[in-house]
Amino acid sequence: MTVTQSAPTGVPAPAAAATATTRKKQHFSPWQEVWRRFRRHRLALASSIVLGLIIVTVVFGPLVWTVPINEIDFAAKLQGPSWAHPLGTDDLGQDVLARMIYGGRISLAVGLAAMVVAIFVGVLVGAIAGMASGKVDAALMWLSDLFLSLPTLPLLLLIIYLFRDSLKAVFGVEGGIFIMIVVVIGGLRWMPAARLVRAQFLSLREKEFVEAARALGASRTRQVVQHILPNALGPVIVAATIDVAAAIIQESTLSFLGLGFPPDIPTWGRLLADAKDYLDIAPHWALASGAAIFLTVLSINFIGDGLRDALDPRRVI
Amino acid sequence: MVETLLEIHGLKTWFKTDDGMVRAVDGVDLRIDHGETLGVVGESGCGKTVTARSVLKLIDMPPGRFEGGRILWRGRDLIPLDDQEMNKIRAREIAIIFQEPMTSLNPVYTVGDQIAEVIALHQKLGRKQAMEGAAEMLRLVNIPNPQHRVHDYPHQFSGGMRQRVMIAMALSCQPKLLIADEPTTALDVTIQAQILELMHEMKDRFGMAIMLITHAMGVVAETCQRVTVMYAGKVVEEAPVGELFGQPRHPYTQGLIRSIPRVDRAAEKKQRLEAISGTVPSLLDPPPGCRFAARCRYASDICVREMPPLKEVAPGHFVRCVL
Amino acid sequence: MSRQWILRRILLVIPAMLGISVLLYTVLALAPGDPFSELAQNPAVPPEVAAALRAKFGLDDPVWVRYGHWFTSMMRGDWGFSFVSRMDVDTLILQRLPTTLIVIGAAQLMAILVALPVGVLAGIRPYSVFDQIANTLAFIGFSLPTFFTGLLLILVFSIQLDWLPFVYRADINATGWKFYWEHIRQSIMPVMVLGLFQGASLVRYVRSSVLDVVKLDYVITARSKGIGERKVVTKHVVRNALIPVVTLVMLQMPVVFGGAIVTEQIFRVPGIGSLLISAMLANDTPVVMAVTFVFSCLVVLCNLIADVLYAWLDPRISYR
Repeated sequence: MTVTQSAPTGVPAPAAAATATTRKKQHFSPWQEVWRRFRRHRLALASSIVLGLIIVTVVFGPLVWTVPINEIDFAAKLQGPSWAHPLGTDDLGQDVLARMIYGGRISLAVGLAAMVVAIFVGVLVGAIAGMASGKVDAALMWLSDLFLSLPTLPLLLLIIYLFRDSLKAVFGVEGGIFIMIVVVIGGLRWMPAARLVRAQFLSLREKEFVEAARALGASRTRQVVQHILPNALGPVIVAATIDVAAAIIQESTLSFLGLGFPPDIPTWGRLLADAKDYLDIAPHWALASGAAIFLTVLSINFIGDGLRDALDPRRVI
Repeated sequence: MVETLLEIHGLKTWFKTDDGMVRAVDGVDLRIDHGETLGVVGESGCGKTVTARSVLKLIDMPPGRFEGGRILWRGRDLIPLDDQEMNKIRAREIAIIFQEPMTSLNPVYTVGDQIAEVIALHQKLGRKQAMEGAAEMLRLVNIPNPQHRVHDYPHQFSGGMRQRVMIAMALSCQPKLLIADEPTTALDVTIQAQILELMHEMKDRFGMAIMLITHAMGVVAETCQRVTVMYAGKVVEEAPVGELFGQPRHPYTQGLIRSIPRVDRAAEKKQRLEAISGTVPSLLDPPPGCRFAARCRYASDICVREMPPLKEVAPGHFVRCVL
Repeated sequence: MSRQWILRRILLVIPAMLGISVLLYTVLALAPGDPFSELAQNPAVPPEVAAALRAKFGLDDPVWVRYGHWFTSMMRGDWGFSFVSRMDVDTLILQRLPTTLIVIGAAQLMAILVALPVGVLAGIRPYSVFDQIANTLAFIGFSLPTFFTGLLLILVFSIQLDWLPFVYRADINATGWKFYWEHIRQSIMPVMVLGLFQGASLVRYVRSSVLDVVKLDYVITARSKGIGERKVVTKHVVRNALIPVVTLVMLQMPVVFGGAIVTEQIFRVPGIGSLLISAMLANDTPVVMAVTFVFSCLVVLCNLIADVLYAWLDPRISYR
């Protein structure tokens, strides 16, 4: 694994070589080394804890907080935080905490699924371009340039605007919209991963160990899977992390604009959209849902930064 | 009596890293007289470059830091000077050129701009006159068609030509000392000779001294009057060039000289080149004794226990060895 | 920078525009059903207009013929008729485009003015206290979704402090200085929302680019000239560090336009972003297609500007 091979030594003197007389340097496995460096990024470490808490709350929350998400109670509408409703109620008297937990499941699921789509397509395109080179490479890179210059949000809105009714008919309301949002968000975000993988290919294809594998008669697929992809792993993991955050923002934006999930399904963006008309009398509602999106995205971004530090072996502190 | 330009006493430049203090330069002494060429040799990582950059205080601090010693430039210690005072010495009195001519010039400015920048600053000239000066400097370093080439960008020059540009820039204020940090290592062999020849010519013309940092013993033998040999952040031997090659005293120097490829011997006797076995010790917490002890075939108990002092064994010939 | 090079680069816009238009039209063509059939039943649409539209788009022709028609009429500036607003789509868009451009431009300007010095200072003193504060704030800045920032600003400056209006009005009833003052006042929050987001990512880009450049050999060469640290940074670091930043900023433009749509929607700024949303909610397909196309054109235009700027900053490019 060359991803984490070179330890960050100090500036000009290549002083890492050890002899019998020098202090024994501790040895770490590659992933231990990554963890050791990740841990030093305090904000990333704190963010991992915050994100972990958010995930636990969203996944197991309904077991503890059993208030239904759609119990309408006009007598208790637009209330501030209380023991009965820790995050207050909305304009129909529904419990905001229960709705946030439910919405968080959707937001996180969309983020993860869209990231998987983006990374899958990106790695595939990047690997094909990097292996094929020549005309295929040029065509694929032109395509990725083209996708990079697409206005993402308008296009996203356009596709949802044009397709939502038919998908709803095929996969049902929730499933149809979920699939579409995931595929479209992921399908418009594969370019960075593709470029990273292709760049790794170009730089690694000529490296000694790949040449050695080639000389030993390794097949092309084997070369790719065993020797090149693991080396591209570091930057792709970082890109994937950022993708999750971006996808969550994208989905919330769609819901906020009223063009994401249907109105009766609470997502964080949707909650914020509903709350914005009551900003003056019930600010807790908007603040709670907005803060959830913000905290999740911020912690994912910090984790991405920490991973970049940990996985980029060229970095010198 | 020749004027002593530069005297370095016990210089220690250390770097703070995640793993601890790296003692890149750990007590270096050297001297350069007016008009002479001093060779500083040693393998990579021995502290040659850090010493050179310390003289002009081009070390990033932090992580670098002067842990001790004095750098006397014509009798004046440079270490306590602030950046503003250093800027009066940089380029005007001491100039430096680097190993990589391909990356030492700023790609977004013409070479003329970059040379003129120095001239305008130190000779208080206007832009137009400074550009003329830049063209004149290019002509001096034998770049054909200098009037036009001042307006070219670095990427339009070859490696050897860029090193000429660097020399032109370094010499544009007629410094008293030129520090050349492996100026030919990155160049083709035929170009190397031309650049060394040019430096020699310029030295005679301007009457300056040169501190030539290199790991090529052949280059040293041809161009230097005196040689300082460095190993793992310390000076191990210093001698006039003839004496060093004739009677090397330190086992490391002897090893270095034996490792010079000799085309004649290799061809006649099929003699294998001798390498020094082992590797350089870590500069993190280096051992207390002689740094070379672990690789030295003559090493005894005392070598491991304590650092031998630099002692004069013949006039002008210093060795840091108990032998 | 040679004139031929610029010309060549401008010509490269054509395949990009063609590619994007094909993509947009494919999406439209793949869409299930007939996007105009709904409109035919819309009582607001006179039947003859619907019939004319069907004929113009030749809905029974093969798809590439329909694309040809659509693309040529888009190029001619004949963008169709908005049934909801009852006016030509191109007139409608031209009315609203300047507002969007002014808001985006002002935000970009603000972002550059703040982010450039902050990013440079953070980059030349990495891991200093200033750097850590700037870096953390930048992370917060671009992790805040624009719609949340917008609501927060409204909550603080309109509701709590009552300093700024939260609805953008096109019909300000005033003249002279007061007219401009009102316009500036109502633009502050939209510009701040967009500017904060752009500025935050810009700080990161500038910082990391400066960090890369500071370590390079020619910076040490510059220091060895004795020109002083300030000049080393302004002349030899910043200029070189800006080269990759230009590309990154332009890659960011699609996201910025997305932010502009959200911002316009929140503050009800009458630009093309809010037009897009209202057109979608009203099923006004010609307007939706046209606005999407305009956004695409703007992105391509920004890429062109980026490449020209890049070549201007980096002499190595145009000589290739």
